[in-house]
Amino acid sequence: MASFNEWILTLTVFIPLVAAIVVLFLPRSNERLIKLWSIAVSLVPLALTIYMMVNYYTGHIPNGGGMQYEVKLSWIPQLNSFYHLGADGLSVPLLFLTALLSTLGLYYSSFTIKKRVKEFFFLFLLLEMGMMGVFVALDFVLFYVFWEIGLVPMYFLIGIWGQAKDRPRYAAIKFFIYTLVGSVAMLLAILAVYFATNTFDIMEAVQRQPFAGNLTIASLVFWGFMLAFMIKVPSFPFHTWLPDAHTAAPTAGSVILAGVLLKLGAYGIIRIVLPMLPQAFSHWAIPIVILGVIGIVYGAFVCIAQTDLKRLIAYSSVSHMGYVMLGLGAAAAGISKMAEPGVTDSMAMAINGATLQMFNHGLITGGLFFLVGVIYERAHTRELSMFGGLSAKTPAYYGIFMVVAFASLGLPGLAGFWAEFFTFRGAFDIVTVWAAIGVIGIVATAGYILYRIIQSLFLGEYDPHKVDHWTDMKDWQEKHEPGDMVSFEKLVMWPLVILIIILGVFPTPLVDFFNQAAESIINAL
Amino acid sequence: MDNLIYLIPLFPLLAFALITLFANKSNKLSGLIAIAAIAGSWVISWIIFFQAWTDHHFYEHPIELPLISIPTGASVLELGFRVDSLTAVMLFMVPFVCLMIFIYSWGYMGVGKKAAGSAASHTGSDTAQTPTQPAGHGGHDEHGGHGGGRGWPAGPENVDPLASRFFAYISLFACGMLGLVLADNLLLLFVFWEIMGLCSYLLISFWFARKYDDPNRITPKKAGFKAFITTRIGDAILFSGMMLLYAGAAVLTDGQAGLTFSALFQPEVLAGLQAVAVPVFGTLATLIAILIFWGAIGKSAQFPLHVWLPDAMEGPTPVSALIHAATMVSAGVYLIIRMYPVMLAGSAPALTFIGFIGAFTALFAGIIAVAQTDIKRVLAYSTISQLGFMFAALGVGAYVAAVFHLITHAFFKALLFLGSGSVIHGMEHGEHHGHAHNQHEVAGFDPNDMRYMGGLRKKMPATFIAFLVGGLALAGFPFVTAGFWSKDEILADAWHSILHGDWNQGLALLVFIFLVAAAFLTAFYTWRQISMTFLGKPRTESAAHASESSKAMVVPLLILAVFAVLLGYVGVHEDFPLLGSLLGGNPFHHFVGGLAETLEIHAETIPFSWVPVLFSVVIALGGLGLGWLIYTRAGKGWQVYSQLDPVDAAMQRLRLGGVYNAMRRKFYFDELYNIIFVRFSLWLSRAAAWFDRTVVDGVVNGVGRFGAWLAHISSRFDSRFIDGIVNGLGSLANKAGGALRLVQTGQGQTYLLVALLTVLLLLALFAVQVAGIGVVG
Repeated sequence: MASFNEWILTLTVFIPLVAAIVVLFLPRSNERLIKLWSIAVSLVPLALTIYMMVNYYTGHIPNGGGMQYEVKLSWIPQLNSFYHLGADGLSVPLLFLTALLSTLGLYYSSFTIKKRVKEFFFLFLLLEMGMMGVFVALDFVLFYVFWEIGLVPMYFLIGIWGQAKDRPRYAAIKFFIYTLVGSVAMLLAILAVYFATNTFDIMEAVQRQPFAGNLTIASLVFWGFMLAFMIKVPSFPFHTWLPDAHTAAPTAGSVILAGVLLKLGAYGIIRIVLPMLPQAFSHWAIPIVILGVIGIVYGAFVCIAQTDLKRLIAYSSVSHMGYVMLGLGAAAAGISKMAEPGVTDSMAMAINGATLQMFNHGLITGGLFFLVGVIYERAHTRELSMFGGLSAKTPAYYGIFMVVAFASLGLPGLAGFWAEFFTFRGAFDIVTVWAAIGVIGIVATAGYILYRIIQSLFLGEYDPHKVDHWTDMKDWQEKHEPGDMVSFEKLVMWPLVILIIILGVFPTPLVDFFNQAAESIINAL
Repeated sequence: MDNLIYLIPLFPLLAFALITLFANKSNKLSGLIAIAAIAGSWVISWIIFFQAWTDHHFYEHPIELPLISIPTGASVLELGFRVDSLTAVMLFMVPFVCLMIFIYSWGYMGVGKKAAGSAASHTGSDTAQTPTQPAGHGGHDEHGGHGGGRGWPAGPENVDPLASRFFAYISLFACGMLGLVLADNLLLLFVFWEIMGLCSYLLISFWFARKYDDPNRITPKKAGFKAFITTRIGDAILFSGMMLLYAGAAVLTDGQAGLTFSALFQPEVLAGLQAVAVPVFGTLATLIAILIFWGAIGKSAQFPLHVWLPDAMEGPTPVSALIHAATMVSAGVYLIIRMYPVMLAGSAPALTFIGFIGAFTALFAGIIAVAQTDIKRVLAYSTISQLGFMFAALGVGAYVAAVFHLITHAFFKALLFLGSGSVIHGMEHGEHHGHAHNQHEVAGFDPNDMRYMGGLRKKMPATFIAFLVGGLALAGFPFVTAGFWSKDEILADAWHSILHGDWNQGLALLVFIFLVAAAFLTAFYTWRQISMTFLGKPRTESAAHASESSKAMVVPLLILAVFAVLLGYVGVHEDFPLLGSLLGGNPFHHFVGGLAETLEIHAETIPFSWVPVLFSVVIALGGLGLGWLIYTRAGKGWQVYSQLDPVDAAMQRLRLGGVYNAMRRKFYFDELYNIIFVRFSLWLSRAAAWFDRTVVDGVVNGVGRFGAWLAHISSRFDSRFIDGIVNGLGSLANKAGGALRLVQTGQGQTYLLVALLTVLLLLALFAVQVAGIGVVG
């Protein structure tokens, strides 16, 4: 099995690529085959990630953090760059999230994507490969390559399959350029690290602690990385590409964008910036915390003013990812106080909160975007003022939406709460005042979830004159009454809903993963 | 045996899951599942309670059960259940009152009757294909006399089409409260606390489509939101307090103390919290205590976050009973009782704050209640007022008295709410009857409005008896009702503190005066309510044709009435003449007080004094008597529904009509908050959205346009200058032109920007390289 364990990450990452290439050779006319093939093959990485999680948890893989399933082969010897993959307690759940959302996205798209099916499934699989790669790459060149690979398919997904009225071309180009600006900054920073350490290996670079003692250079490199990562997160004030991209993207594209792509930035901060540049991060921690808090509160208030459901949820991502920035910033702010009692635990909790938020936000906001798709496919509008009274009309939709929306609100008993709890627990100990300001976000979040979303969609009277043509998802005919969720939509939502509830009631297994990773990062500081 | 405790919150949770997943097509099955589940919880709870009650040293060895543990860095966060004396008395009250409310709901939601509207075939509520009449089919539906659609009251004759959903929600609600009292730590308590917040939202806005003719009247949809957001403000502050407490305690014990009560209440932890200085508040302990109390202010609807509770009346009446008696608002008081060692560590500033807010709210809400005409809103303000009594008691250190009043109040307030629901159903029935005879006498008729009632004692005798008992208990009718004994104990403790307190004599005096005044008002408005509702002659056809409610509704009322009388006798002072020794010497005080002693809370029995007893008797009888004089005595009080309240008339004669109006309008707090908070928040959100669109995104687009402009310039440079050279190079020109045309297509800006950044990159790289060599070398 040892050899299998060495191959497992490679398989997980490249099976989607192989599948994507095969899609190119499938006949364009046979859409059914393309869909079936894509979905079926995407189950393999999903199974592999579950296998890895179970392995981790049953103790077949030794605990205590550290990289597992490592593989290191010579790749570009001239550059001293290796094909180096590995996964720890942080990567594995995120791999699972990626595989899960990809499979669900492919399955959902197989019902809703009508044009240029072949290209869509090709790009989607390519996207999955890029995202998976980022979460396991332990070599800067490899990391950068995967990072960029994710960019191109998403550009096309938004540009081609977006709704014309949402300005997809503008949104796509904005997304592309904005991210590219960050990429260039990161490339600079990577080169700087290379010149300082003479290696592209992330783990080695972390060990060498480049620029330790030279705060000016370290800060430059720090901001190089942070610009790329904060644009991707996205952190205030680099977030404005997000609402446009989300609004324009097709449903599955939005799900992946919110569920996984935003996590790449935060992942980079935890994997690279925090362990490699602790001094610089510690020095700049408070500005990061402030940007996080602004994101939380400001994002939530902007949400309250939105009238388009999808745009609202896009902005809610800005607010929710603010918790990630707050947690990571707080952990960094703790670096200088590690000698004080309890601070290392608070740092671990802040990081755990951030990582939990990454995972749970993927489930929750991914789910919310699916649910936006559900209503949009029927009503062909997302204007909240066009709805009302769906609570009784579409009870299954109501029930599922309530679970996911209240998870997003941070209701205890559902997954979102634990992320908020641990983020604030860590932050309150280290950056008390900023954390206290962030609490305003808790109230404002309740404001937009209830006042905007639930009241507009589900409560009040159902007015048949507002939307008079509802597409029936069973036969795609126009009806005068909204139909409830149909089986393929339920099938997409059930895994997410079940995970949201289980991780809300019993978060321990997931926290175990993240805590191991957080502990090993903190112990190395 | 102890492991059965896990089942107490689990049963209703399972009921919730079963109903939503499998039983949502059948209202009857849903009701049965919900009632069976809560009955199971009740049986186990009472077994646990009586075991504890008969064990004279129970307070020394509480039951502790592990639940889950979460790794937090090197330490672990342990969450579990705990049953001590305090939890035990809550387990006596909560599931039993819930059971009564659940059974009552069976009758109230009309389960077992025919389906709403004329089409009786589809009792299944949740089939989306079933067509419903558009809900905008008539403002008169607010009377409930006709079969309402979904999300409207179905009226007394019909089953509510969403009754299944109702039973699911109230089951989850019960689960929330039961879990809350069992939690052995603040975090788990908070988890269940928020679950109740969710349920209150769902239940208050249960009739989500309901609208009123009067546009100013709050709809259930808005009331639910108001309740959630107002309590959430308190919750957010409580959350901050919890975070500070957790972090503070962890620092003191090097990460070992999580949020479990037993770990937090160690004297060295509390002393450590007191030793940390913070600005403004003095000590960290004071800050934490006040922040946590804000959670209770929200949940228990104390001033200034009281505004949500009266509007919570928009929910179905069993919900009002649940919220007001057994669960939601009790949770706030329970939180402060549970966290009392921290409140004590908060010392004088925190306790003064608690006592003052409680006393002020008790009086303030009592004054508003005097001028209300909606039967449920009177009760709502009385709840706010009675909760104020409990907090005032906690402010002056009357720990046991607060617990006692919490328990007795739960019983008689549940009774009163369920009684008012019975009255409303009776009135709706009368209205329905009136419609059948085309007697549309009253415009704007409202079955909740006491002005349209009168004389219901003859039509609804059982409801009358039960309501009378509950009302007298609320008024504190001497010696027979439970409310008298618990209220008297609070006054006695306050009196004792006036005479013998150390730092808190002034606070105790203020509390005593406020509470005496509030108690007087309570007796007064309670008699006003009884008189307007049940006494005199019917003032409308609806009242004249009202009918008694079904057995499922009346029987729980009568059972609760028994408790509203007898429960007081477990807490009579042991030195009370005759009764004291006869009743076993205050077993309640021993049971709860013993626990308090282990927490180093001073709860020893205070010496018996006649002064507070005299006050209690005189104000209760005086208030009731004055109410009788004004509202009941022959020729006084209400004769016709449109008449002015006698108190209003009297105040107008004294040129105080404006004051009465202010009381009726709840001192304009809704209007005030609407401007300060609601409109401001909406304005702020619009401003933020505008800022985001024009400024933040404007910068981004500006940079993009600048890039495009540069592209344009360079392309012209290319075509005029470079192209001129290139043209001379023959065949190469075509290729170059092709390449340049790429630049001019939409994506030119992309590449140009990339080119620009590459240059910057190279420059920076050079700088870093130079510096990097310096570092490495």
